[in-house]
Amino acid sequence: MSHWIITPIVLPALLAAILVLMVREHLVVQRALSMAGTLAITAIAIGMFWQASDGTITLYQLGNWPAPFGIVLVADRLSTLMVLLTALLAPLVLLYAMGSGWDGRGRHFHPLFQFQLMGILGAFLTGDAFNLFVFFEVLLIASYGLMIHAGGKDRLRAGTQYVLYNLLGSTLFLFALGTIYAQTGTLNMADLAGRVAELDAGASAGIRVAAVLLLMVFAIKAAVLPLHFWLPDSYAYAPAPVAALFAIMTKVGAYGIIRVYTLVFPLDLEITQGLFDVWLMPAALLTLALGMIGVLGARRIDRLVAFSVIGSMGLLLSAVSVFTPDGIAAALYYAIHSTFATAALFLLVDQIRDRRGAAGPLLVHAQPIEGGALLAGMFFVAAIAMTGLPPLSGFLGKLLILDAAGSSPLVWWVWTVVLTGSLVAVVGFSRAGSLVFWKAHQEGPDIEPIDCETAPEVEDDTAQPGSTRGPLVPRPVLPMIAIGGLIAMLVALTVFAGPVNRTLSATAAQLFSPEPYIELVLTTPGKQIKDDPHAGEDDHGGEAAADAGEDH
Amino acid sequence: MELLIASAVGVLTAAGIYLVLRLRTFPVIIGTSLLSYAVNVFLFASGRLAMDAPPVLRDGAERYTDPLPQALVLTAIVISFGMTAVVVMIALGSWLSSDDDRVERPALTEDDTNAPSVTEGGAR
Repeated sequence: MSHWIITPIVLPALLAAILVLMVREHLVVQRALSMAGTLAITAIAIGMFWQASDGTITLYQLGNWPAPFGIVLVADRLSTLMVLLTALLAPLVLLYAMGSGWDGRGRHFHPLFQFQLMGILGAFLTGDAFNLFVFFEVLLIASYGLMIHAGGKDRLRAGTQYVLYNLLGSTLFLFALGTIYAQTGTLNMADLAGRVAELDAGASAGIRVAAVLLLMVFAIKAAVLPLHFWLPDSYAYAPAPVAALFAIMTKVGAYGIIRVYTLVFPLDLEITQGLFDVWLMPAALLTLALGMIGVLGARRIDRLVAFSVIGSMGLLLSAVSVFTPDGIAAALYYAIHSTFATAALFLLVDQIRDRRGAAGPLLVHAQPIEGGALLAGMFFVAAIAMTGLPPLSGFLGKLLILDAAGSSPLVWWVWTVVLTGSLVAVVGFSRAGSLVFWKAHQEGPDIEPIDCETAPEVEDDTAQPGSTRGPLVPRPVLPMIAIGGLIAMLVALTVFAGPVNRTLSATAAQLFSPEPYIELVLTTPGKQIKDDPHAGEDDHGGEAAADAGEDH
Repeated sequence: MELLIASAVGVLTAAGIYLVLRLRTFPVIIGTSLLSYAVNVFLFASGRLAMDAPPVLRDGAERYTDPLPQALVLTAIVISFGMTAVVVMIALGSWLSSDDDRVERPALTEDDTNAPSVTEGGAR
């Protein structure tokens, strides 16, 4: 059995421990190790993606215990795709954190970053529902630390909200898992698929509750409308590299929905009727509308980007809730796109916030930004991508989604909301962009700020200390390289849209015929249980026990 | 027994939700703790209630209780304990830095832009 599948989980875990225990005082060593580890994960992720790209599903049994009893990791097309996406995002974000000095503004950035990676990658790879909960908690507890990295009053308050909201989400997740276990007696996803299908339709109240609870849990992660309140503040106040990394966190929710509802609760079951077309689709469209209204109404550029994340999640989930192979493929394409676009925007916003002095992220008039041309150009490109204008991948993703929505009964609603939403987003982003980059050059008392009457006084009061910062501080280039890398990813996603889309269609097709997955998980033999009293020891040591248990 | 467990879960959940809705960090944290107790008891019950039975299956055992929920509860307890510790620290930090223990954001941060404390320079 190949151990490659577990390396994306074990490597960051060990690296984080080394970082926090051995080199906690040496930022340079931390940076080198952290970057090396992240690049190694990228290499492994590419390898795993390559391995799965011909449709093979690889199984890893922790401790060699066979499936319904032990925990399994499964690398199929979807998992390896999401792992690859994370592994491409992480080095660029890390590069930005190093280049901008964010990692030095508080303690333990790099260990927390590695733990966060471990949690995200583990959540994508696991084939066990309870293990999914555990990896959610790993990624959450790391994200709590990252969220309040570098401290500050507003950040701590936003962090408190974020933690409390997610604590409630975790509790809900446990209630859902308890209900599922009480109804089926298993938590292995492949095993669940068989048992849920066999449940008596007359006595399905419990499993229906569980299916809806689980959807709610993932909807919290994905920030769907009534459950989105945690997102704007958390993303706006989180340190920029962290917010950029969080771009993948909302996708964890979307991944959970796609995985669980193709495998465990497929929509042709009677118990899941109406869950997506009646509930999730309108919620997703409302989320999209709310996100775009938020973009238009935001008075701070970081909140503007945060609302655009909500909007993009709404669009993504409306594609998911069509729930055809085309819809899932479109959703995956858009997920890749919006991860890079969001990350690029958050990093750009940080640069803008940094260079505008006292005006910071507020959308008011301020002095022109030094070195603004490059920044403005990048913001322009990223905003085009985010709002889905041609020629970048956002447009292609939106086109795929509109095309896939044809098979939904709500197709006209989808078209109306998506297209109106795009228009609103274009207006919102161009307002922000022209206010920050363009109108800064037209200084004069006769220009009224667009949004806020009290702003001129604020500006006059606070612009002085800001302008004494000295405009000639040499700017590090690494942050711009990182942002450029993210934009290059978007361009690559546009140029290679054909091959990417074929891969994603194959991914969706694999998701909609889960039989090989289930068969592989359930029929692969594990270790022989001998008749001595110690052989029956439980395997809840998790990954750590895996290598030790290998040779029994 | 079933009635006792069910009402315990219900009362704990109700009390937890009530406290969470108080929007002050201390009651909210107590509320999330109560909710995590409720879910732990609930997880226990998800393997069916069997009293005085061993949690392992061995030769000659007439009846046994499901060991898996116990392992799940153990994991859940450890996680919720750690999470509670983290949230206490973060809430404490938030309270110490802003002299205020409200969970929700005060309305001034974005609308009231002429308040001097709002400039984001210090928070970066």
